[in-house]
Amino acid sequence: MAIWLNEDSKILVQGMTGSEGTKHTRRMVESGAKVVAGVTPGKAGADVDGIPVFNDVASAIAATGANVSVIFVPPKFAKGAVQEAVDAKMPLCVVITEGIPVHDSAQFYQYAVNAGTTRIIGPNCPGIISPGKSNAGIIPADITKPGRIGLVSKSGTLTYQMMYELRDFGFSTCVGIGGDPIIGTTHIDALEAFQNDPETEAIVMIGEIGGDAEERAAAYIKEYVTKPIVGYVAGFTAPEGKTMGHAGAIVSGSSGTAAAKADALEAAGVRVGRTPSATADLMRKILT
Amino acid sequence: MDLYEYQAKQLFGKHGLPVTAGDVCSDIDAAVAISESIGGPVVVKAQVKTGGRGKAGGVKLAKDPAETREVATAILGMDIKGHTVHKVLVAHAADIAEEYYVSFLLDRANRAFLAMASVEGGVEIEEVAVNNPEALAKIRVDALEGVTPEIAREIAAAAKFDEAIQAQVADILVKLWEVMVAEDATLVEVNPLVLTPTGEVLALDGKVTIDDNAGYRQPEQADFDDSAADDIETRAKAMGLNYVKLQGDVGIIGNGAGLVMSTLDVVAYAGEEFGDIKPANFLDIGGGASAEVMANGLDIVLNDPDVQAVFVNIFGGITSCDAVANGILQAVEQLGERVTKPIVARIDGNNAVEGRAILNKADHEFIELVDTMDAAARRVAELAAARKGA
Repeated sequence: MAIWLNEDSKILVQGMTGSEGTKHTRRMVESGAKVVAGVTPGKAGADVDGIPVFNDVASAIAATGANVSVIFVPPKFAKGAVQEAVDAKMPLCVVITEGIPVHDSAQFYQYAVNAGTTRIIGPNCPGIISPGKSNAGIIPADITKPGRIGLVSKSGTLTYQMMYELRDFGFSTCVGIGGDPIIGTTHIDALEAFQNDPETEAIVMIGEIGGDAEERAAAYIKEYVTKPIVGYVAGFTAPEGKTMGHAGAIVSGSSGTAAAKADALEAAGVRVGRTPSATADLMRKILT
Repeated sequence: MDLYEYQAKQLFGKHGLPVTAGDVCSDIDAAVAISESIGGPVVVKAQVKTGGRGKAGGVKLAKDPAETREVATAILGMDIKGHTVHKVLVAHAADIAEEYYVSFLLDRANRAFLAMASVEGGVEIEEVAVNNPEALAKIRVDALEGVTPEIAREIAAAAKFDEAIQAQVADILVKLWEVMVAEDATLVEVNPLVLTPTGEVLALDGKVTIDDNAGYRQPEQADFDDSAADDIETRAKAMGLNYVKLQGDVGIIGNGAGLVMSTLDVVAYAGEEFGDIKPANFLDIGGGASAEVMANGLDIVLNDPDVQAVFVNIFGGITSCDAVANGILQAVEQLGERVTKPIVARIDGNNAVEGRAILNKADHEFIELVDTMDAAARRVAELAAARKGA
């Protein structure tokens, strides 16, 4: 099982011939993922380590049966790349690209919603990994092992940190949803999928300042999630009005603070750790 | 980036929104000259990026150039909530019959945009939202569809604008949406939008936030950034670093925005034990943690006079820890004698054992290795407190 990504996933990389695209294609292949195609307009016939490159997503799907796209194209081409994948009815589209203007993200998200055929993860995210099964994005595969914890996080390196801290238990799927103001897949989407995934026994949820996604996730958990959840929220000491790295990580007035998010999660029965290590310890206690 | 009122109004004017005549200046004589060219009463407004200017005495009417001199003298240089007033906007003082509110903003929760409009403007809109929610119309704007003249009329009607001016308001909404899209804004707000006794509708005050990610296609907006050139944040930005200055004593360098935010928290918690030691900055050198970026980062952080000790917190995922360790050593070597403050390093993840061995072997006099993030935070807070006390 796992969620959204498994051993049958056939990955296409949009922007595979760029330096980041090539580097991470190799890493995905090394970790056992089935990367079947690349897309770079005008480079049909080329290949990366024997993986064929196509001019467009539709012909790549027709030739290889790809059903997951990982997007590495630069920000100015990202909207076009996502919309092309949606037009080709790609079921899952993982947008790694950082620095996409938010109007573009809002438009391609709406485009995907209107089409109703594509789940978008990201943008500005590390991707999704189901350890031992497949890996779509830039998450390092060798820091953990397959297991029964589901993880959803806004942050890349905190995801890696948590995967590593709990490597003795292992993970069903880890999803990095990204730190931008508009993202295709939310904490709630991942919580719902983990709740329904028989391979996932417990869930780690990592949030950070900005917006109210964690508060809405807390309301969802209270209502629908019965599996044990531990949470962590970064940014307690972040000052108001300063963007902390992620475009979406900003406290505006009294909204978006880490304290409010942690309180909301605790009120929903989530055990919230004060540091990443303390959070991992909470999960350890649940599983032993 | 939040814009100043005068910058917001420049964008409004550029896209055809009706604004009052006026100009911005940074000295008293220029303020008087603008007042003379406008003729008649003017309003002199402090340009600061914070609310509550009026209450703080930063917005004043002047009936003639002589009074403009008096008022501008009082406002220029004044302090409003920690912001020094360097510029004033001198604008024609419009006669006001009624005050309204209109805005568009990014709606993160609904992953779309939101139009807000009210005939009760001129006050804090948050207060209207709380005290009189039915007076504030909120309408979702589809990112692909945008604001057509028809949708604009729906918004104006929903906010219960008088029928006599609904067409004018709708026209303003269409142009305001054009500002939102064409300028890559995440917020455009007119408060107040006013009706004059002669039936004109004018944007009297404006607030615009632009999307920093869109800088590559908005070259003109580079002029809006007025942060001082010697500013440490500006230097970091020029080096391509993701840096935010904070008030504290421990320099922080980490890889990944979430991990760095978390590091700030862990240092602040540990610092409580050592006389309220706090992080001095946010600095994300990116998930890959390359040696070159590490060197630039250390250079920026070590040169901050507030910094007493530095915490380098790296999780080796994409880049393994041995490469990170070599990067740290290369960085301190490049900086040579400029490394004068203790650096506590925690590296964990891929090849952590090899990475730590490299740092241990180098035995650099200013680098101390601690295995866990929590213990490293304690140690750096302790070192910073000791140096601060000395």
